[in-house]
Order: sequence, then structure tokens, then C-alpha cells
Amino acid sequence: MQLEMIGITVLWIFLYGYLIVASIDFGAGFFSYYSMLTGKDHIINKIIDRYLSPVWEVTNVFLIFFIVGLVGFFPDTAYYYGTALLIPGGISLILLTIRGSFYAFANYGARKSRLYMFLYGATGLFIPASLSTVLTISEGGFIEETKNGVVFHADRLFTSPYSWSVVFLAIVSVLYISASFLTYYAYKAKDFPAMEQLRTYALFWSGPTILASLLVFWGLSKHNPEHFASAVSIGWMFGASFLCFCVAVYLMWKKENLGLSFVFVMFQFAYAFFGYGISHMPYLLYPYVTFQSALTHSTMGWALVIAFIAGLFLLIPSLALLLWLFLFNAKYVRGEK
Amino acid sequence: MDSVIWSRILTAETLAFHIIWATIGVGVPVFISIAEGWGIYKKDPHYILMARRWTRGFVITVAVGVVTGTCIGLMLSLLWPKFMQLVGNVISLPLFLETFAFFFEAIFLGIYLYTWDRFKNPVWHWLTSIPIIIGSTMSAVFITTVNSFMNTPAGFSIDEAGRVTHIDPIAAMLNPATPSKVAHVLASSYVTCGFLLAAIAAFYILRGRTHIYFKKALRLTMAASFVLAVLTFVAGDLSGKFLAKYQPAKLAAAEWHFETMKEAPLIFGGILDEETLEVKYAIKIPYALSILAGGSPSDQVIGLNDIPREEWPPLYVHYLFDGMVAIGFYLIFISGLYLFLWLRRKGGEWNPWVLRGIVLAAPLAFIAIELGWMYAEVGRQPWIIVGLMRVDQAATTADNVDVMTLMFSLLYAALAVVAVSVLIRLFRKNSPEKEMAERISA
Repeated sequence: MQLEMIGITVLWIFLYGYLIVASIDFGAGFFSYYSMLTGKDHIINKIIDRYLSPVWEVTNVFLIFFIVGLVGFFPDTAYYYGTALLIPGGISLILLTIRGSFYAFANYGARKSRLYMFLYGATGLFIPASLSTVLTISEGGFIEETKNGVVFHADRLFTSPYSWSVVFLAIVSVLYISASFLTYYAYKAKDFPAMEQLRTYALFWSGPTILASLLVFWGLSKHNPEHFASAVSIGWMFGASFLCFCVAVYLMWKKENLGLSFVFVMFQFAYAFFGYGISHMPYLLYPYVTFQSALTHSTMGWALVIAFIAGLFLLIPSLALLLWLFLFNAKYVRGEK
Repeated sequence: MDSVIWSRILTAETLAFHIIWATIGVGVPVFISIAEGWGIYKKDPHYILMARRWTRGFVITVAVGVVTGTCIGLMLSLLWPKFMQLVGNVISLPLFLETFAFFFEAIFLGIYLYTWDRFKNPVWHWLTSIPIIIGSTMSAVFITTVNSFMNTPAGFSIDEAGRVTHIDPIAAMLNPATPSKVAHVLASSYVTCGFLLAAIAAFYILRGRTHIYFKKALRLTMAASFVLAVLTFVAGDLSGKFLAKYQPAKLAAAEWHFETMKEAPLIFGGILDEETLEVKYAIKIPYALSILAGGSPSDQVIGLNDIPREEWPPLYVHYLFDGMVAIGFYLIFISGLYLFLWLRRKGGEWNPWVLRGIVLAAPLAFIAIELGWMYAEVGRQPWIIVGLMRVDQAATTADNVDVMTLMFSLLYAALAVVAVSVLIRLFRKNSPEKEMAERISA
């Protein structure tokens, strides 16, 4: 396989990983706060805390890994995106900073604070919105290379229907993925009131998710017809995604096999996300940066691949240990240990 | 002011804020592990409680360290895009490895926090602290190699088009500055955390708390800190010799050393007349600079007059350097004094003035960390990558860096206030005496 293919594949897999784990985390923050407002926090907060406390930091690393990897494999992206994203990137950073630190303050500190929970919950929705703008920008039209350097047209981003459809999709899918997972987690914990509550959230957000996906397609066809055509040519992937969605919602509705239901949610997003990624190729930033043009020096590229494989040997057993201790350990999940 | 200045300010304040928490992140796990291991070995619940309490505070600080580290990591690309474009090819391996180390640490920190009573044999729990130390220390090592690279770039060549070619990733990581910098960063982080934890114990003893917990905590941290303070001194000496050989401008600026000569004196304090380059009111220690730079009084030390004026670092770095070194000696002195009094077995180590000296040492150690980093970074001016790229060539061309600087300043101020008040509240409510009693009765 060519180096650039390995690079972009690895990165895309990591971004997908981040999409899943971060969505669970972001949504959980929102549900935590929402349930506190509606006086239902005693029902679901225990479940959310049990899951999040040991893993929140790991979630954060997925994102850093993706960014460092992207800049490492494709240094040209640092130049274009770096110059253009100062404001949106800075805002995302501030939100991530508030979220990460206030999570620790709220959960390891001496007392629960409404303000901390609010910051944690609100940022859970703003971060996916701000991060998703990067995907929008990658479609081109918002960054222009001039004689004086790279210019970012923030006004165009704010007035683009495509941009808003992506933001909408990001927020609703966060809530949908999160609720689906937490329903399963509550089921494992045999915490049925929490499961019921979370299940209604999951079913509620499933509709908007599909609606938002359609909106994004429509927006893309207007914004970048070339990319849209390429997406249509691998339309079967998006069809498969929709099928997985139907199965997941059916199982959720029937309250059967909630674990399998979540696996189908993951497949739904995997098909859509990789379909989007494949049709995006060869551009990393339309039309300035392709994954061939931005490729790193090959010695370094291979060094990165080797480091990556060596790292996986360390990470996979450690992650497995983490999951085994906290996710698939019935006693821990039920709160007995 | 233009984007270059604002980019420098924002980077500087982010780093200055980050290193406080990063230092704690690197050093405190070592002490947690020592305390828990010692407690298991001696079957002494006091040390186990120490490890537990330190861990509780550590989680709060590590969270701030993680988020500010994320900030500086991304700011490299946001504020210095041309720098990343040029050398992204060369430094991506250590950056990548750093995230791996961090990943490793994050996983095991989660495990460590939530498995205190889950294993029948406590040694298993203690073992999970080892990957935390490896992770935090290795991420410090990898990120320090990046900074070292910026000081003494190596492992590549530049082609006619000005692009980087012939990259040797390992040579870039193991550049000449790496060994002394890594040694100095690790030793100083560990020793600073030693004094931080010691100061907390000393503070409570001064307040009249007599529980044996505090005395044990102070003895453990002071014994370790003395050794680490001496190691930091050795690492600092190595750094001096490195600078003399590879970055003479940085060393000469720190010492206001203008004439290249043998038997060079070391200058402490004083005032410089920037016009005539005359030094007034300074303490001169004969031969000391030659010894610092080369190991013997007869070594020749290159002076600033042999270096083009436009490549001089700002001369105020002298004060930063002096401050760092003076504090370093103070740390050795106070921990040495404590150990000496302790070994005499007459109880003199609990003298309030000794304890006050230890309480004072903790903020001083953090100030020394800040001064040392400022010296290391400002001393490299005007270069961002020495000999290759100047700072003003690397900064972003985007507007609004000033707005970003303001927003991040507010953010850091708020974080500092909230984090400190959360930490204080966390420990004030729950004294170790009370916790000890609860643990024994349970």
C-alpha cells in the first residue's frame, strides 16, 4: 500500500474512533445537565458518572492523536488550516479546555456545582458544532490563497446553508449516539429506570439524525457538486448506513439486544463516515491540498507508520484492560465495586 | 502591534501557564508511586493515605495540564503555520510519540483512580502506577526533544528550493541539545514536585498539627528532594557545558560575557549599561564561568563580541539565569540542612525557621522553572529554529491574534482561580487525621 493511503486511512480510523467515543462523552454531558434541570438526575447520573470518570481523558487523546497525525503525515495541512482556522480553532480549544477542566472540577472536586455542570453540558454541544466546521471548510470555498497568504472568509461560513446543515447533523448525531450507548450501559447495569429514560432520548434523536443527513447531502450538492457526484457513485455505502440505522432503531424500539443495537449504530456511522471520507478523496482541502501533494517526506512517513504499529502493541492491550475493568465488568457497572 | 508580537505573547502565556501543571503532572506521580510502594512494603497505612491524598489533588491538576497541553499543541499550527510546514516533516515523530505516551498515561490513570480496593493484593494496584510514571515522563522526554531540535536542529538538509530533505528522524530527536535538556527538565520537574508536597506537610506542622502523618510526609519528600536537587545541579552543569559548545550566544548573554577569553569570571547580579556594555555592582566569581563552560579554569569561553549584533539574544536574560541558579542552590541548601538536622537526631529539623524555609522553597522552585524556561526560550531569540528560521518568518499572517490572546488570558485566569479554590476546598474538608481514623475503623 502506498504511504499516503496508509496515513490517511489510519487517521480516518482514529477520527471515526473519536467520533464515537467523543459523541458518547459530549451527549452524556448534555444529558447530565438536562436531567438535572428536569429533576431526573437521580435516575441517570449514576450511570453516566460510572462510565465517564475512568475514560474521559482517553477520549481527549483521540482528538490530539488525529491532529498530530494529520500534521505529521501531511505538513502542508498545518499551513493552510493553521492560518485559516485561528478563530474557529481557537474557539474550539477554549471550549475543550473549559470542558476538560470543569469535568475534573465537578467530578473529583469537593462538591457538585450547578455552574460546573452547566459549563460541562453546554460545551458538549458547542464543541461538536465548532469541530464540524473544519469538515465544512475542507469542502473548499471558505479559504482562499492570495499573494499575501491564506485568507479565511468567516462570513461565507456563517451564511452557508451547507455549513449549518453539518452543524445540525453533528449535534443531533452526538445526542443519538450517546443515548444509544448509555441505554445499553444502563441495561448492563440492570438500572431499568435509567434505561427507559435514555431509551426515549435515543428514539427521540434518531429521526432528526436521518433528516440532518439528508440535509447535508442536499447542501453538499449545492456547495461542491464534484464531491457530491463522487458520493453518489458510492451510494451503496450510504444505503448500507441507512439499513443499519433501521435495524438499530428497530432493536431499540423492541428493547431487544441493546448491545447489538449499539453495534448497528456504530456501523451506521462507520458506513456514512467512511463513505464521506472516500468520496472526499483525493482532497484534504479542496482544491489546494490533496493527500499526494501534502505528503510528508517518505523516511519520516515510514517512521511514523512504524511508531504507530509499535504504539498499537502498547495501546490495544491497555485499552482492552480499561474496557475489561470498567465497561464489561458487570460488578463495576452495577456499582458494587 | 502586529501578529508576530501577539503570537509570541499568546504562546508565551500559554506555555508559562501550562508548565506549572505539566511539572506537577510529571513529578507528582513519582512521589505517589514511592509513597504507595513504601507503604505496602512497610505495611504502613500512613504512606498509603499519602498516596491517596496526593492522587486526589493530582487528578485536578492533571486535568488542567491536559487541556492547556492540548492548547499549546494546536497553537503550534495555529500561530506558527510556516514553522510547522517547514519542519513538520522532521518533528512529527516525537510529537506523535508524545501522544502515544500521553495515551498510555491517560489509560492507566483511569485504572489507577478506580481500582484502589479492587485487587486482593495491593501490589497490583501499585503496579498500575508505573505506566503512569512512564507515560508522563516519556511525554516530557519527547516534547523536550522537539524543543531541543529548535535549539540545535539536526537530522536533515535543505535543498535549493528551501525545502527539507534527507530526513533522519532519530538523529533529529537525538540532536545535541537533547541529553542535557531532557536531564534538566526531568530532574527539575521531580524536585519541584518534591518541594511542593514537602511544603504542604511543613505548612501543616507549622500550623501546629502534630499527627505523625505530616512528619512522615515531610521526611519522605525531603529525602527525595535533596537527591533530586543535587541531580538537577549536575544536569544544569551539563547544560552549561552544552551551551558553551553549541549555543555560545545564549550562554554569553546570560553571563554578560563580551570578550572571548580564558579564565572567564562568572557574573552574578549587577546592572548593565547597554551603551558601553559595562557591568556595575555585580559579584564576580573568578574562573567560574570557564569551569561551568568547559570544566577547567583554562577553558576559553566565546564572548558576545564574536557574534553578529543582530543575532544577540536580549541581554536581560542574565537576570532570568541568575534567578534560576540562585534558587537551585537554595533548594540544595534547605533540603541538605533538613537532612543534616534530621540525621543528628536532636529534633532540630522541626525548627520553625527550617519549616518556613521549606514552605518558601515550593513557590521558589516553580519560579525557577518559569525563569529557566524563559531563559531557554528568550535566549534563542531571534531564532525560532536556530540558524534556520527567524520568529518573524514563522508567525501566522491571520488577523485577530490579539482577540485570541485576550480570550485565552481570561480563560487561564479563570482556570487558575477555580482550580486552586477547588483544590483548597477538597483538602480543607477532609483532614488526614480524620481520614486515617476512618480508614482504621473501616
